[in-house]
Amino acid sequence: MNGGMNGGTNRGMSRQSGRAPARIRGHALWYAHILHRLSGVGLALFLPLHFWVLSLALTDVAALDGFLAFTELPMVKLAEFGLVFLLAVHLFGGLRLMALEWLPWPAPHKTLAAGTLAVSAFLSGIFFLQAI
Amino acid sequence: MPDEQRSGATRDGTDNANGTLAVYVWRGDGTGGGEQRFDVPRQDSQTVLDVVTWIQQQADASLTYRFACRVGMCGSCAMMVNDEPRWTCRTHVERVARNGELHIAPLRNLPVIKDLVTDMDPFFDKWVKAEAIHHPSAGRDDEFAAVTPDDPERIEASAGIECINCAICYAACDTVAGNPDYLGPAALQRAWTLYNDSRDDGGDAILDAVSRSGGCHSCHSMGSCSHYCPNDLDPMGAIAGLKRATAKRFFGGGRG
Repeated sequence: MNGGMNGGTNRGMSRQSGRAPARIRGHALWYAHILHRLSGVGLALFLPLHFWVLSLALTDVAALDGFLAFTELPMVKLAEFGLVFLLAVHLFGGLRLMALEWLPWPAPHKTLAAGTLAVSAFLSGIFFLQAI
Repeated sequence: MPDEQRSGATRDGTDNANGTLAVYVWRGDGTGGGEQRFDVPRQDSQTVLDVVTWIQQQADASLTYRFACRVGMCGSCAMMVNDEPRWTCRTHVERVARNGELHIAPLRNLPVIKDLVTDMDPFFDKWVKAEAIHHPSAGRDDEFAAVTPDDPERIEASAGIECINCAICYAACDTVAGNPDYLGPAALQRAWTLYNDSRDDGGDAILDAVSRSGGCHSCHSMGSCSHYCPNDLDPMGAIAGLKRATAKRFFGGGRG
């Protein structure tokens, strides 16, 4: 018998229960959840900035023109792609959640989650192509 | 099972015939602890529970763990295996070992008593809190209740009755991890099952219980419960049913 105890290997508390092991999160619905959350936070950060820029039309036209010139930069175009992606993924993620919770459908949840991502990427991609 | 696994080398990196498995078992109690390594002989069709039993019988009799039926019916042997909650009696080593290693720890989201044994009291207390207990609608002198298998409510109830109370969904749930008051997938699924059972008379009591703080509306639909349920049940779908039922009742739509 070559088995036996080989004591002394001790990784401390790294695997104590109560800690969140990352592997539990490696599935489609968890990714859909975190994408919805992060896109929501991203939009919450964007919207005040957006309204502030709009307000420049009334308060400081020169600054607004300067900002609009800035938005012609390729990097900003790329950022706009990301923004539309966030908007689309948050919209369709919300629709997916409402369907999941309000329609007693059997279980095509993963398909809905994947569809959310696909439609969002498509819409933001179209937006990006139009911009450049 | 694919042929190459029958004949010797397995995808888990060990050799079935005479290899060994490096098993890191969490040892400790409620105050803390850490992993201890054991080298366990590899065998064909070996389950994770076989591995733990080998350690307890051959290497260290003080290892504490919990099991009963060994065939996936009693729900007592669930543990974290390589960071995922699993029923160890029905989990084959070759499916979960990575590079010839296994890391075995007590279930997540529950207090540890000793080694691999968790205190299940918080888990079952929440079943009672969710009113996931039978509310009789008839006595022994009444006629037998007629239960029609194809009734839509019965189909909803039947979907969840194979729950074996193993707490794997509870261990997989990030909402439980973040909110100690959350009732958890198992208790809520049981509440939904009873809510749809025509013999249960506690519909309103169930909806009251599951719509409080920490009830069904705390669920973020991450789906880890349904992803990890060893019996392929869908607690997330059951919780969605409770959300509909409580919302319908709130807006005056009657029974959801």
